[in-house]
Amino acid sequence: MKKYSIILVAILGLFFLSPQSAKAQCKTFAKTTCKSELLPYVHDGIYNATVLSEGETVELYKTFYSGQEYRIVVCGDESLPPVEFQILDGDRNVLFDNKDNDYSQIWDFKLGASQMLVVSIQVQTSEEMSDEIKSGCVAVLVGFMNVENKLE
Amino acid sequence: MYKTKLQLGSLIFLMSVFLFSCNSPEQTNPEEEIDQEINEQITEDFNQAKQVFYSLPSPIETAMLMKRAGAKYDENLLNSITNIPNYSTTLSKALNLGIYSADLSFVSMFDQSQASIKYLSATKRLADDLGILNAVDQSYIKRMENNINSRDSLMEIISETFMNSNAFLKENKRPELAAIVLAGGWVEGLYIATQITKNTSENQELRDRIIDQRLSLTTLLALLDKYKNDENIKIISDDFKKIQKIYDNIDVNTSKIKAVVDEESNVTTLESTTSSTFSEDDFVVLSNLVSEIRNNYTK
Repeated sequence: MKKYSIILVAILGLFFLSPQSAKAQCKTFAKTTCKSELLPYVHDGIYNATVLSEGETVELYKTFYSGQEYRIVVCGDESLPPVEFQILDGDRNVLFDNKDNDYSQIWDFKLGASQMLVVSIQVQTSEEMSDEIKSGCVAVLVGFMNVENKLE
Repeated sequence: MYKTKLQLGSLIFLMSVFLFSCNSPEQTNPEEEIDQEINEQITEDFNQAKQVFYSLPSPIETAMLMKRAGAKYDENLLNSITNIPNYSTTLSKALNLGIYSADLSFVSMFDQSQASIKYLSATKRLADDLGILNAVDQSYIKRMENNINSRDSLMEIISETFMNSNAFLKENKRPELAAIVLAGGWVEGLYIATQITKNTSENQELRDRIIDQRLSLTTLLALLDKYKNDENIKIISDDFKKIQKIYDNIDVNTSKIKAVVDEESNVTTLESTTSSTFSEDDFVVLSNLVSEIRNNYTK
């Protein structure tokens, strides 16, 4: 009986560590860990999350509209080193770098004119000496302020 | 005891079959398999080196922008839910899932509670037909019925269902279908905005929002280009390229952005100004083209 239990646990372990399962866990991670960081902004409903390893980058291209107030949340699995994100304009000039804000996960902003911006995300490399490359989920979510909720 | 062992054995066997069948769609010889694995790994490594997300304005955001710009509710502009039985192909189902999501956001933003439930049910039906599991289950409809007078709750429910479909398609290797859903939502938003503006031409803010859509269209075309070998994507890409041609006639000048932080609220303002010229003739051509494309999708 014990032998069967060990085999069962091993197979379950393999199942849950499979790449498909890792990606599915990113959805849960985005929903349970990151989405609450958007409050009181309303999530736009678009899901952007993936598994990244140390040193890897991902970019998000999105149009943001004038007069609207936004919050961007970039959050990484706690097993990862800090996640840096920069906001770039269409000419790739840096408008914000969370490294200057102690790797803050959130950035609130509004625009004078509608713009396509780039959110450039990079998982930093770990300072610890290790043979293992750390990897985990990184999610980027965008929320906007429901103007009728905003206290002027 | 024998029964327990048998149950365990069956469970292990079933899980093994499932686990290994997920990664072995075809029978190949070992050498081919190694080559294939290396190629897949190289492709995956390359993709991981710099992944790109193209994020379109969601239907909720578009509805919010229209309301803020002073749009008025007009039920006649929405795609009637009686059209659902007409959608028999994957393309028409995915496009109209996006279109009904936009309509759902629109009716909720304008506090049309009964219509919100009807359109949520319509999105559920198409999501189910597309095999998007649990994107809109019965509990969401129940929650909507229970929170029918709270717009915040309705927006939260819509946002959740939208994220569920979006995430399901992306994580189940059907990202091209997710792109088609977004494209359907985008064109419906532009259709509603252009139709409303036809009757309220003095509403400059709404016109500006329509002009702003040229930026999202660039993102949308880049997203569709990622899946350009997909037959369905090819069909809709051609439609959207026609819209882009009209937008190319707009002369837009935007100044350099200056980021200014409000230390008290910690909100950054990206200060810049923009000016654009879009002739009345071009506006009419755009409205007609968008209407033709959208009506072709909904028929």
